[in-house]
Amino acid sequence: MDSYDAPELTPRQDASSRLKDFFIGATPLQKRLESVRKQTSFIPTPPRRKIPQGSQLQNVPHFVLEWVARPSARGSSQSRDGTQVSRIEDVDPQKFAVLLHKQWTLYSLTPLYKFSYTDFKEYSKLLTAFIAAEKKKGLAVEVGDDFNIKVVFSTLMGVKGTERDPEAFLVQILSKSQLPSEHKEGKVLWTGWFCCVFGDSLLETVSEDFTCLPLFLANGAETNTAIIGTWFQKTFDCYFRPLAISSFNLSWMAAMWTACKMDHYMATTEFLWSVPCSPHSLDISYAIHPEDAKALWDNVHKTPGEVTQEEVDLFMDCLYSHFHRHFKIHLSATRLVRVSTSVASAHTDGKIKILCPKYLIGVLAYLTELAVFQIE
Amino acid sequence: MRTCAVMSSQKKVNSWARKRTSQDSSSYQTRLSAWRVKEDLNDSKSISKCGQNNTVEDCEGADGQTENALQIALRYFEKGPIKTSQNKEKHLKTVENVAWKNGLAPEGIDILLSVALSGKFGSAVNTRIFKCMIPATLISEDSVVKAVSWLCAGKCSGSTKVLFYRWLVAMFDFIDHKEQINLLYGFFFASLQDDALCPYVCHLLYLLTKKENVKPFRVRKLLDLQAKMGMQPHLQALLSLYKFFVPTLISVSLPMKKKIYFKNSENLWQTALLALRSRNQGFPSEPLKLMLANVYPIKRKWNSHSIIPVLNSCNYSKESRKKRMNLSDYFSSNGSFPLEQLKSFPQLLQNIHCLELPSQMGAVLNSSLLLHYINCVRDESVLLRLYHWLSQTLQEECIWYKVNNYDHGKEFANFLDTILRAECFLQEGFYSCEAFLYKSLPLWDGLCCRSQFLQLVSWIPFSSFSEVKPLLFDHLSRLFFTSSIFFKCSVLQCLKELLQNWLLWLSMDVHVKSVRNSPLETTLGGSMNSVSELIHYVGWLSTTAVRLESNRTFLLHFILDFYEKVCDIYINYNLPLVVLFPPGVFYPVLLSLDSSILNQLCYIMDRYHKNLTAAKKNEFIHKTKSEFSFSSKTYQEFNQYLTAMVGCLWTSKPFQKGLYIDPEVLGNASVAEYKKSLNLVHHPAFLSYTVSFLLQKQPSSSHPAPSCRLILRPAGIRRRHRSTLESGSWRALKPGSPLLESNTPFLLFSLAFPGFRPCAPAWCLC
Repeated sequence: MDSYDAPELTPRQDASSRLKDFFIGATPLQKRLESVRKQTSFIPTPPRRKIPQGSQLQNVPHFVLEWVARPSARGSSQSRDGTQVSRIEDVDPQKFAVLLHKQWTLYSLTPLYKFSYTDFKEYSKLLTAFIAAEKKKGLAVEVGDDFNIKVVFSTLMGVKGTERDPEAFLVQILSKSQLPSEHKEGKVLWTGWFCCVFGDSLLETVSEDFTCLPLFLANGAETNTAIIGTWFQKTFDCYFRPLAISSFNLSWMAAMWTACKMDHYMATTEFLWSVPCSPHSLDISYAIHPEDAKALWDNVHKTPGEVTQEEVDLFMDCLYSHFHRHFKIHLSATRLVRVSTSVASAHTDGKIKILCPKYLIGVLAYLTELAVFQIE
Repeated sequence: MRTCAVMSSQKKVNSWARKRTSQDSSSYQTRLSAWRVKEDLNDSKSISKCGQNNTVEDCEGADGQTENALQIALRYFEKGPIKTSQNKEKHLKTVENVAWKNGLAPEGIDILLSVALSGKFGSAVNTRIFKCMIPATLISEDSVVKAVSWLCAGKCSGSTKVLFYRWLVAMFDFIDHKEQINLLYGFFFASLQDDALCPYVCHLLYLLTKKENVKPFRVRKLLDLQAKMGMQPHLQALLSLYKFFVPTLISVSLPMKKKIYFKNSENLWQTALLALRSRNQGFPSEPLKLMLANVYPIKRKWNSHSIIPVLNSCNYSKESRKKRMNLSDYFSSNGSFPLEQLKSFPQLLQNIHCLELPSQMGAVLNSSLLLHYINCVRDESVLLRLYHWLSQTLQEECIWYKVNNYDHGKEFANFLDTILRAECFLQEGFYSCEAFLYKSLPLWDGLCCRSQFLQLVSWIPFSSFSEVKPLLFDHLSRLFFTSSIFFKCSVLQCLKELLQNWLLWLSMDVHVKSVRNSPLETTLGGSMNSVSELIHYVGWLSTTAVRLESNRTFLLHFILDFYEKVCDIYINYNLPLVVLFPPGVFYPVLLSLDSSILNQLCYIMDRYHKNLTAAKKNEFIHKTKSEFSFSSKTYQEFNQYLTAMVGCLWTSKPFQKGLYIDPEVLGNASVAEYKKSLNLVHHPAFLSYTVSFLLQKQPSSSHPAPSCRLILRPAGIRRRHRSTLESGSWRALKPGSPLLESNTPFLLFSLAFPGFRPCAPAWCLC
C-alpha cells in the first residue's frame, strides 16, 4: 500500500458501504459465491453425481449421446428448445487431428476480459513480438518485424457443447524455415488451445465483457507455455492454473471411459497405482482387456444415461477385489495415478491424451467441469 | 511561466517542475521582472521579449557592485577574446562566483551559452563556462534554440557538444517552455548517430519525447542502433519509453533487476542545483530520481512471480481497438488518464470518470488510490476480474495445498498481509477470500500463517450464519478444541473482530435496509438472528473451552473481551439485540480467583444492565410491542445472574439462587463458614489488594497477612469511594484504570453498580 494509511476502525460512512450494497444484490458475483458455497458443502462425498453429459442429454449432439451409450436418443441434432447444436460433421477433421494422439498439459483459465475473436491478426502480431522479446531478453524488438517464428491464432469450429459455449481456438508457434524456397508452413514448435464444452455454470456468472474458456491445453516446451500464458494473463487479465486430476476424478474417468461403446478397441485398459515408499515409489500397473472391462461395467451399471457415484465405487471395488484375490494387495490403500483406455488416457499430474475422435467432446466436457470447479 | 507538464509520468525529474508550476508561478513572475529592470538600468543588452513589466523590487543582487562586475564580465565574453589573459581569468572568476552563489539570470545564460558554443574561446574556458552556467530562476527556451543553431554551425569541439547535452539534460527542468525545443526533436534524434553523444542525446530525448514523437521510422532507427551497439541502458530506456507510448509498435522485455538507465552521478551541476532549489523555493530538496518508475522490468516465472501484478494501464486492448473506434470512442479514450500518472487523491477525483484501469486488476491491492476507486465503482467486470484473480492466486499460492512447499511460507504470509491491509482499508471483506476460506479451512493445520488466516476469518462479509457454519465454523471448532490455549485465545479474538465487523456493517445498513431488496437477509430480524447465532456459537465454544482448560485466567480474559462487545450491542450499535452469556461462562468467571476477571465481569454486568434498561425504556415509550422486543426470558436470566452475583459478593448468601450447591456437599467439603468466604471482604481474588493495602499502611510491619480481614473495614476507604461517586467521575472509569487497581474491591463493585442497595430488589429488571 502506498502513502495512504489505513483509516481507524470507525463506523463507516454511507458511501463506503456501497461496495457491500452492490455485492449483496443478486449480482453474478453473489451467484458465484452461492455456487461456491453449494459446491464446497457437497465436495467431500457427492452421494450421487450425474456425469456431465447426463444432465444435458436432450440438447447435445448425437455423437455425445453415443458416448453415454444411449442408442434411443440418437439421430436428432435438434435440441429440445429448438436451438441448433453443432455436429461432428461441421468440424474440420484436419483441425481435429491436431488435437488427437498428443499429450496435453491441462490448465484451468479464468474468463478472458475483452477478448475478441476478430482481432486474431493483431494478437498474433503482438504475441510474436512478445515471444521474440522474451527470448532475446533485454533487447527491444519491433512489432511486425520479421522473426524466425510465427504465432498463428485460429478458431476450432465445433469444439463446444452447446450453442452458448464460446468457440474454441488454437494457438500455434511455427518456426519459419530460413530458406525461402522450402515449405511455407514451418515446423510446429508449440500448440495450445482454449475450449469450453458445456460450461453453462460458469457462463451464467460472468458478464458479456468476458469470454469463458475455462480449459487450456498445451503441448510443447514448458518455457513457451510460460511465455504465452504470461502474455494472456497480462493482456486479458486472466489466470492460468495447472489442473491436476485427483484419484477420485481419475476413477470417474475410468468408469466413464470404460462405459463408452467402441467399434474396435485401440488400446488395453490400463490403470497405474502408486505406492509411496522410499527411496523410490512403487508403481503397480494393472491392464485389463477392454472388452472385459466393458463387461464388468455393464454388470455394475444400472441407471441408463448417467453414472452415479455408487456405480463408480462399485466398479473400482470389483477391480480391487479381483486384484486382491490374486496378489493379496489392497489397491484401495494406494493412489490411482493414471488411467488409460481406448478413449483417452489421463495422468494425475494433469496430462491427457485423447485417442478417440468420437468421444472428444465427451472427454472435454468432463475436463471443462473440472476446470470450472477449480476456478470457482 | 509554465514549465513543461506534458511529460510521461515515468520521468520523476519532472514532477518537481510540475509542482513548482502550480505553487510558485507568481513568485517567479516577480523575480524575473525584477531582474529585467536591473538589466535595463545597467544598460546592457536586453532581450525585451516582454520586459515592459516594470515593477521594481530588489530581491536579487545584494550589492550593485557584484552586479556591475558581472555585467562587465559578460560583455567581455560577448565581445570575444582579447589577448590579455589576466582579464579573462578575472572575468571568469567573477562569473563563477556569482553563478555558484546566486545563479545566473536567463539573459546571462543566454550570452554565455552563445559564447561557449561559438568557439571564440578555447575548450578549457568553454568547460569552465558550462560548469558555472547555473540558472538563478529559469532558462529561456530561446537561448536553447539559439544554442542548437550554434551546434549546427559546427564551431565547437566534440567535448563541448557533449558538455552542452549534459548541461541541457541537467537543466531540463529549468527551461521555461519546451514546445520549440520539441520541434527540434528530429535534429536531436539525428545526433544519436554520434557515438560519443548518443547516451546524452538519448537522455535528452527521454525527457523530451511525447507520444506524437514516436514514429515507426524512429523505432526502426533505434533498433538498428541497438543491433549495432548492443544492449545499452540508454537505448533501452528510450525504447521502453517508446513502448510505453505506443505499445503496438515495439516489444521489449527488460531484465529482472531494477535498472538505473542514466547515471545520476554524471550530473556535474547536481549539488549546485539542489542548493539552488532549496534556496529559491524553500522546497525540501529531494534527490533526483532518474529511473523508470513503472516500466519495471518484471519478468515473472510462470505462475510463481511476485504475486501481485505490476500496475500497468491496458495498452494492448486499447490500441488494438483503435482502428475501429468511432468519434466518441476517440474522444473518450483521448481523455483517458493513465494510471501511471495517478499520484494523489485530488487527481483521482478529477479523473475518476476517465481512468484507464490496470491491465491486471490484481494490481489495485498495492495502490490505496485505486482501492478508493474500487470501493465506489459500479462496474461489474472490474469486481469480477478482481474476484477471479484473487481467488485463483490465493489457491495457487496457498502453501498447505502443496506438499513440501513451505519455503514460500513467507511470501504467502506477505501476500495475505497485503490483502488484509486492503480489507482493513476498505473496511470490507473480499468475496474471493471467503470462498478461499471455504476451500482451505478444512485443510488447514492451524499453524501456517495463523494470524493472517484468522484475520481473514474476521473479515468474512456479513451473511447468514447458519449457512456459513457448516462450511467454516464447524471446521474451526474442530481445530479449536484440539489446539493449544493460545490458539483458542486467538480464535476468540478473531471471532470478536468478526462480530464487530458485522455489527458495524449492520448498524450502517439498518437505516437503508427498508429501501433495499436483498436476497440474503430480507429482514432485520433475519440479520439479528444471524448475529445471535454467532454469539451463541462463541458461547458454546467458550463453555467447552473453559472446561477443557480448567478455568485458565488467560482464556477467561479473551472470553470476557468478546462479551464486552456483546453486552453493548443495543446501545453502541443501536441494534435490537441483547444476548447474555451462558451459565458455563458466567459461573466460572464469578468464582474466578483473579480479581481482574471479576472486575471485568462486574463491568459487563453493568453494561448489560444499562442496555436492558434502555431497551425497556424504549419499549415503554413506544408502547407498541415492536418486532424486536426482548423476551422476558432474557430479563429473567439476567436477574438470576445478578442475584447469584449479589448473593455471592454482597449478601453472603452464595449457592442459594442460580448457583445452587447442596449444603450437605459443602459440609462434606469441610469448609467452615462458606457463606462469608466469597463476599467482597473475604473473597480470595482480592487477597492481593488486601496485602498491598496492608503494606501501604504498615510499611514497617514485618508480618501483615494475619490481620488483613480487619484492615479492610476502615471508614476512610468508604469515604474516599463515596466522594468519587459524588463527584460523578465514576462514569469515566473503566476496568483497568489506576483507581480501580490501587483501591479496594469494594469500590470495584460499587462502581459497577452505582446506587446499589443490598437486599432491595429494585434494581432487578422485570
